[in-house]
Amino acid sequence: MTIAAEARPVPQLSQSWLVRLFDYKPFLIFICLLPAMGLLLVFLSYPLGLGIWLAFTDTRIGRGGYFIGFENFESLWHDPVFITSVWNTLLYTGVATVGKFALGLWLALLLNNHLPFKSLLRALILVPWIVPTVLSAIAFWWIYDPQFSIISYILVDVLGWRDTYIDFLGSPWPARWSLIAANIWRGIPFVAISLLAGLQTISPALYEAAMLDGANAWQRFRHVTLPMLMPILAVVLTFSVLFTFTDFQLVYAITRGGPINSTHLMATLAFQRGIPGGQLGEGAAIAVAMIPFLVLATLFSYFALARRKWQQGEDND
Amino acid sequence: MASVQIADVRKAYGSTQVIHGVDIDINDGEFVILVGPSGCGKSTLLRMIAGLENISGGEIRIGPRVVNDVPPKERDIAMVFQNYALYPHMTVADNMAFSMKLRNAPKAEIDERVSKAAGILGLTNLLDRYPRQLSGGQRQRVAMGRAIVRDPQVFLFDEPLSNLDAKLRVQMRTEIKELHQRLKTTTVYVTHDQIEAMTMADKIVVMHDGIVEQMGAPLELYDHPNNLFVATFIGSPAMNLLKGTITADGFETVLADGAKALWPIGKHPADSNGKAAVMGIRPEHLMLDPNGLAAEVVVVEPMGSETQVVVRCGGQDLTCIFRERITAKPGETIRIRPDTSVTHLFDAATGKRI
Repeated sequence: MTIAAEARPVPQLSQSWLVRLFDYKPFLIFICLLPAMGLLLVFLSYPLGLGIWLAFTDTRIGRGGYFIGFENFESLWHDPVFITSVWNTLLYTGVATVGKFALGLWLALLLNNHLPFKSLLRALILVPWIVPTVLSAIAFWWIYDPQFSIISYILVDVLGWRDTYIDFLGSPWPARWSLIAANIWRGIPFVAISLLAGLQTISPALYEAAMLDGANAWQRFRHVTLPMLMPILAVVLTFSVLFTFTDFQLVYAITRGGPINSTHLMATLAFQRGIPGGQLGEGAAIAVAMIPFLVLATLFSYFALARRKWQQGEDND
Repeated sequence: MASVQIADVRKAYGSTQVIHGVDIDINDGEFVILVGPSGCGKSTLLRMIAGLENISGGEIRIGPRVVNDVPPKERDIAMVFQNYALYPHMTVADNMAFSMKLRNAPKAEIDERVSKAAGILGLTNLLDRYPRQLSGGQRQRVAMGRAIVRDPQVFLFDEPLSNLDAKLRVQMRTEIKELHQRLKTTTVYVTHDQIEAMTMADKIVVMHDGIVEQMGAPLELYDHPNNLFVATFIGSPAMNLLKGTITADGFETVLADGAKALWPIGKHPADSNGKAAVMGIRPEHLMLDPNGLAAEVVVVEPMGSETQVVVRCGGQDLTCIFRERITAKPGETIRIRPDTSVTHLFDAATGKRI
């Protein structure tokens, strides 16, 4: 039997050098990665690198600049508008994230129940998210208008709770809270739908077991829902923080950083200084100053919130 | 510990009624198994006892108390779910202690009860593990541990062994039975596997399409099935059924070519002569007899301790189990005879026992 197997001739293929080259694994890997690497290099690494380079120059629009070291950062350190924008960004991100998560989780829990028209409601929830940001910004612009605001109209003319119309965008603190409210409205759908997806992966049997174990509604939420939701909550939280921290459109469309530069976020200030202001180097420096915050937020969620011990397998004893 | 009374219990989803008036009395300390094919309402009934489903009609009592409107956590029951429903983010110890922690029981008492339950179930070395780090059988034990720690009036099991492999299932079957003999807690156990029912139960309740077909001790059901459904559902391999007519001389079946075969039967009511009926013979009640009916061997399945043979006899395939070793090959003819003292006769129209 073995002799018969050996006797079978192995066909000798004569392959061209091109075929042999493509059979060479390292070359094949390189060729397959090339398109993706090219795209990333051109559209991600190059702009990022250019931005970081510009931050260390005094480039203006229409005039190449020179390397000036940390001069841009030094002047920003003493710039009250920049410092305000940093605090604004932190406040904006902090309050809006808390608001989005509180309301989004609440909405997700409501939608997880058996409701009539459930799928229609779920689709409606997504509306704030799919509307173009600038469009919703214009809507908020009207809602916050000093003369035609529907909120003022209801409070003053319909309910009579106030005597004067509210000046939403005319002074710093009301303007900040107004922007935060708009951002929360826009961010809720993302949080709600993501958390709803997370909620639906929790086995109903766990709630039944908890019910039999004697847990009331709050205890079921506290001991079953919340810990089971934690992994997805961490991911959504990270994304939400990053998006909110780098937000530009809402603020630029509603207040343009005003009144008197009091609502500038780092992103809007970077644009303001860089493009309309023409100081490309300074604008880039402001944008680069966001990087440490973003890295910190990412690391925090990666280490503090990511995988839990209970999610891992046997190897993690 | 307590008895459980189920009186005329009904369940309807909208206009569809799935349980049509079920009466079951479960004595204190009894191990009762609800068995039936899927969709027969056995799990729904168990969930109604647990309080996870509303009761549409009738009454359920645990001990002296009617529990129809009592929320699950106040019924003093513990349930083991099919998929175990262990809390994945808690260790084995925390899983077992959860109900007591909710009750704010003192820590010493919690520790004592958890370690006692862990000792009973052989989980002592696994208390710090998470459910993901356990095998199927270990998870199953943790689920039982969680129930034991509660020290409830009634244990409810919802198909607890169906996620385990065959070997482990046999082992856990013994463990559950042993556990019951040790704790003597009233137990209601749901399964679709009649072997589980036969081996473990004090009392089997056979359900079908939302009604109770028969209830009784395992061997009582096996030896005296009330109707065709119970006759075929209990026992593996299933009972052989022959359609025919009862006559004064025996049971007459008609072959495909119009010829008739006469089977000897035991005592039967005189007024049943001439009635269309179904005769049931358990595989082990067919025996080799040189004077019996000729039967052609179709398949021979040696099991070691016994031999299972499928034969074609009187135009029907019959399954036989012989204690003796059979050397016959497929195609050969053997002669068989039913043990007339243990054949069963059922009315062909109603399926009821004659």
